[in-house]
Amino acid sequence: MIEQVAEPLQQAGYAKVVLELEVNNHPGVMSHICNLFARRAFNVEGILCMPLSNPERSRIWLLVFEDQRLEQMVLQLEKLIDVLSVRRHSAEHEVFERLERFFH
Amino acid sequence: MLQMTGAELILRLLERQGVRTIAGIPGGAILPLYDALSGSDTIRHVLARHEQGAGFIAQGMARVSGRPEVCFASSGPGATNLVTAIADAMLDSIPLVAITGQVPLSMIGSDAFQEVDIYGITVPITKHNFLVRSAKELLEVIPAAFRLAMSGRPGPVLIDVPKDVQNQTVAFDAFPEPAVAEAGPSIDPTAVEEAARMINDAQQPVLYLGGGVIHSGAAQQAVTLAEQAGLPTTMTLMALGAMPLDHPLSIGMLGMHAARFTNFVLEEADLLICVGARFDDRAIGKAAQFCPNANIIHIDVDPSELHKIKKAHVAINGDVRTVLEALLPRVKVQLRERWLSHVESLKTRFPMQLTGSANPRTHYGLIHAVASLLDDEAVITTDVGQHQMWVAQAYPFRRPRQWLTSGGLGTMGFGMPTAIGAALAAPERTVVCFSGDGSLLMNIQELATLAEEGLNVKIVLMNNNSLGLVYQQQSLFYGKRIFASKYRGAPDFLKIAEGFGVAGVDLDAADNPRAVLAHALSSPGPCLIHASIDREEFVYPMVPPGAANTEMIGG
Repeated sequence: MIEQVAEPLQQAGYAKVVLELEVNNHPGVMSHICNLFARRAFNVEGILCMPLSNPERSRIWLLVFEDQRLEQMVLQLEKLIDVLSVRRHSAEHEVFERLERFFH
Repeated sequence: MLQMTGAELILRLLERQGVRTIAGIPGGAILPLYDALSGSDTIRHVLARHEQGAGFIAQGMARVSGRPEVCFASSGPGATNLVTAIADAMLDSIPLVAITGQVPLSMIGSDAFQEVDIYGITVPITKHNFLVRSAKELLEVIPAAFRLAMSGRPGPVLIDVPKDVQNQTVAFDAFPEPAVAEAGPSIDPTAVEEAARMINDAQQPVLYLGGGVIHSGAAQQAVTLAEQAGLPTTMTLMALGAMPLDHPLSIGMLGMHAARFTNFVLEEADLLICVGARFDDRAIGKAAQFCPNANIIHIDVDPSELHKIKKAHVAINGDVRTVLEALLPRVKVQLRERWLSHVESLKTRFPMQLTGSANPRTHYGLIHAVASLLDDEAVITTDVGQHQMWVAQAYPFRRPRQWLTSGGLGTMGFGMPTAIGAALAAPERTVVCFSGDGSLLMNIQELATLAEEGLNVKIVLMNNNSLGLVYQQQSLFYGKRIFASKYRGAPDFLKIAEGFGVAGVDLDAADNPRAVLAHALSSPGPCLIHASIDREEFVYPMVPPGAANTEMIGG
């Protein structure tokens, strides 16, 4: 038999990318999003979430690796009912850069 | 101004949605809803014996009707028992609305009696889920749940309703409109033009139909496309019945247990037109070696399926029926005599070999005997294992929704409660559940529900007293080290059936098994038909897990 053997997942070495999500603001949205990444062993390097001026909406920023599964991840994110939009930015986006000083 | 409790509101909204039968089991946290249900004139409750049974009964109704159907369970273990049936609905894209009771809002998070985070548990196995925090929210949540369950790619939705929300009084002006399915995505006309051009130019095209064809009611359009363009047509496990098996263009099911010629035809294809299918590993084998010479047109309502496993040359996101209707006028009529005669020669050289099919004491023979005694109006369900694959290979499916099987999740225990649901949704039809002894035991308690409801469900039990597909894999791939796949005890299924109040017949003991079978199938009401099967009979041909589809063994 041809054995099915798991190959180790490697994400280091890929460029990073920032995802900007607009979502409905209610408890449970975060669990839908985190679950999506967790069960695919897709590491989330950074996460930031704040409500918008319209309190029914929140914005979530995710810092992730741009590996070959990212396209599929974005499509899966867009399928979540509480995710209203997904935008991609390069890793140089200032949202995480400006947060750096709180971590060093 | 209307005023009622949350529980009454749920019931009114379900009634207005057209729900007529609900399967479930009551318990402490859902008693207000059951109290409201007891006063409903229009909704009938079917009391299952295990919540998984209730979930599959609702699935059986939904798989036959194509509409979202409902199951109820209480909090804690009631809710967790639903999990397998919900996950099964997710993987096979079945519209299901599961409503669970929950401990009161103020007690959530306190490890209260029968508290479990079913919202969190069902995040990865539902299309969407809700934890309702006020009775007023139900006005939006209930219609939204139905809309989500039936729109686009169908799927299960869970609504968790705390007990105090069920008891809370809510005042509102008017009921919301019952939910309807949302229109599908708008279709890219240039992609349709390109797809038509590719079909018209192809020399050796193959049409590959999946469960999405059944869900979107597109079987007729798919068959028309095949006939118009001269396309040999293969179906996934989920799509069996989309094209009649005896249609001259049908090349049967593809994949792990396909006929050899089917996989060989795919190997030679220069164009693969995938409609509502998702390139599942059981269907395509090793992805890199599937249809190595083919361009791919992929049509699916779920954009995340496009390019997921195989990069498509033309990908069309849309409801498959709408896309096929747009495609048909652009596709040329072609006879394709050269390609179709080559397909025919492959079929002659490498046919599906159904050994023993004339003898009702063999597995294929039993399936053929059942089929010969029924017409296309019957509904066939299966459990999961060897019997499921034998039925998929040998039963002459001829219409959509004739065949209900657990494809994606592969849930043993699926068959009987799903057959109960099918019979509830279509009481005029005969429902036959092919099962194995391993599978049947996994939801055997639903014999009590079946007896109580007196439904026209016939269980054909193919008994080899083992977990046959495990036994087969251990025999073939694990050096014949047979472990934990043969039962040492042998329950008397006829006595079990009798104990539940279900009639039984034993084909082993019958001098004329065909006559006994005919009598059992034509007598109204439930019946268990027992037949022993040789444990050494394997499902062939077989593509070993992880191998390419052309590397079949046996058959």
